[in-house]
Amino acid sequence: MVSLLRQQKVRNILLQALFVGIVLLVVIGGWRNAQHALSAQNVVSGFGFLHKSTGWDVNFSLLPASPNDPYWWFFVIGIVNTLFLGVLGLMLATFIGGLVGLSRTSSNDLLQLLGRIYVDFFRNIPLILQVFFWYSLVTNLPSPRNAIEFGPLTMSNRGVYMPALNVGGWYMFAATVTLLLALVLPLWLRTTRRLASPPEQRGALVRGVLAGGLLLTAAILLLGRTPGVALIDPPQLQGLNVRGGLRVSPEFTALLVAIGIYGGAYIGEIVRGGFKAVGKGQTEAAHSLGLSPWQSFSRIRLPLALRAMLPILANQYIWLIKATTLGIAVGFTDFFMIVAVTINQSGQTLEAIGILMAGFLAINLSIAAIFNRINRAIALKGNQLRS
Amino acid sequence: MNTLANSAAVAPPGRIRMLRKRYFPTPLQGLVSVVSAGLLALILWKLLNWAFLSAVFGADGSAADCRAAGGACWSVIANRWRIIFFGLYPYAEQWRSALACVAVVAMIVLSCIPSFWRPWRLAAVWIVGTAIYYILMKGGVLGLRYVGEEQWGGLALTLFIFVATCLIGFPLSIVLALLRRSNLPVISRGTGLLIDAVRSLPLLAILFAFAVVVPFMLPGWLQTGKLYRVVFGAGLFFAAYQAEIIRGGLQGVPRGQEEAAMALGIGYWHRVGKILLPQAMRNALPATINQFVIGFKETSLVIVVGFFEILASGNAAYGTGEWTFAYREVYAFIALIYFVFTYSLSRYGAYLERRMAISSR
Repeated sequence: MVSLLRQQKVRNILLQALFVGIVLLVVIGGWRNAQHALSAQNVVSGFGFLHKSTGWDVNFSLLPASPNDPYWWFFVIGIVNTLFLGVLGLMLATFIGGLVGLSRTSSNDLLQLLGRIYVDFFRNIPLILQVFFWYSLVTNLPSPRNAIEFGPLTMSNRGVYMPALNVGGWYMFAATVTLLLALVLPLWLRTTRRLASPPEQRGALVRGVLAGGLLLTAAILLLGRTPGVALIDPPQLQGLNVRGGLRVSPEFTALLVAIGIYGGAYIGEIVRGGFKAVGKGQTEAAHSLGLSPWQSFSRIRLPLALRAMLPILANQYIWLIKATTLGIAVGFTDFFMIVAVTINQSGQTLEAIGILMAGFLAINLSIAAIFNRINRAIALKGNQLRS
Repeated sequence: MNTLANSAAVAPPGRIRMLRKRYFPTPLQGLVSVVSAGLLALILWKLLNWAFLSAVFGADGSAADCRAAGGACWSVIANRWRIIFFGLYPYAEQWRSALACVAVVAMIVLSCIPSFWRPWRLAAVWIVGTAIYYILMKGGVLGLRYVGEEQWGGLALTLFIFVATCLIGFPLSIVLALLRRSNLPVISRGTGLLIDAVRSLPLLAILFAFAVVVPFMLPGWLQTGKLYRVVFGAGLFFAAYQAEIIRGGLQGVPRGQEEAAMALGIGYWHRVGKILLPQAMRNALPATINQFVIGFKETSLVIVVGFFEILASGNAAYGTGEWTFAYREVYAFIALIYFVFTYSLSRYGAYLERRMAISSR
């Protein structure tokens, strides 16, 4: 028996069996306990509750929502809200991060110092504290009657109002999609190698697609406009409230600003790292070939730096999407908050947590997949990033 | 000789020329310098003016004084600092809470000194430090009055969550990293799955699950206080990230090291404990410090599952009575506390990185 235990193979199998056994014990034990405890509270397990109506409302939704809607629809709303906040936050953070990163790689000491102060300040304070701060700032703004007007924006403690378009919901959606396509498709056309013609000869096609897309967007907006009123609907003070325009709630504003600023600090560091990874030889070669500073930046350093920072950027984006769960701290109905309220209201604890895990897994995997694709598409042959 | 003297006569004297070359090489660069300098001065002046020049200090400043002065109202801190630091801890016993904080900070500082970087010394420092904290806070022995966990709060609770997260997370992360690089496929795949699953979830969801869902799953004899469950959740999250950092460190150890140890007939535990892990830890040190910084910042998330840590006590400090307008001051104060901890930790990390870069040259 002892000699059997000394054999490597036997020991390996036993060890693995032990591992599986412990895992199974924990999982099955936990599951059975939970079943027991939940049935004691008269909660019927299973996903049947998804078709019941919720009986509570959400405070922010891009899609139509009412307390009569079933739970599954609320989960969809939650995911859409999370993605909406997340994607806008990512865009803002990337914009700020680009500026900060460039300022930190600039040759000007003062500009560098500014970037460094920004990064050190915002990166060392917890995101949730920043969310609370911006939320308090917005809710402590004057009442709508004394709202602050800042360019096209009207800011009051009920939120930030901005000019809206008087366009029907579905038309608005279609216009957004066309606009995105009009911006993304030309980029793809410029780089893809799927088409027969070489990328350098597609200038006319790219410009055509861009112009066509923009025209189509404008046409959809004009077609979908509400008849009888102006296309642009600016916010106006009327009595005690603000009429017209698009109201962005204090919760959404606080989260968006906080994620943009905090994420900007991190992305700034990633951008700086990307530029640092571009070898000195590349810049020197560009110089000696007589390229102007702008050409050397836009044709040599930026494309190489982009490739170096993409994998890290993907992780940061996943992190930022996960940060939208802070919505629960100020009461923005993101995916996580809907799950939390569902658990509170319906008691379907295990199912709701399962849906939460599946949702975030799907979001993370899709971001990772998109970035892997981009990464593969723009990967360089050889070792140009090294020297 | 002649040309040299000429150029010296034309060019301005040394320092000014250097400054000009540095900040005004071209008109555009000059503009950038001027705008940046102006922005820096503006920020500095606004901050100085708000925080000091037109601020109201002292506990006897009232809300009306603050409005009149127009600057920061530090009176709110002077009046409410006990809530921010100690939360709902009994007033007469708050010296214990303060001492406990000092013990924890001393423990963190001690473990930053390289001569303490032996596994047993580190473990001893942390266990003794945490024990002192625990006895001081909870009482019930040595003539100290018993104070339950539900009364802990403020900075003391934040520090406890951080320390407990590290105490659970760090050993667990080593175990997870070793399991993940095991040769046995079932073990390495299973651990990998666990690590990836935890990493793909937001920390908030994990804290929430441990606060709300896990009590259903635990058998009766394992039911503990909510605080310990949440801290365990935070530790698990920390461990999942830290395990990947250690794995990266292990991959940085040359393969020959392990092969040489195997060829010498050194057993698994010696191989891992004396040869692989020390080198891996060294590789992983900068990222590890960074992870500790992140861990410290993320303790603030427990406010969502209903703990009275420093952020929640800050909300309470300005949320009641006459101070409702003073949210800026309270958040600035709390941000400063976080900043002191995280910035000094990350500076320390940068120092270590430089030190290691020199010694490995």
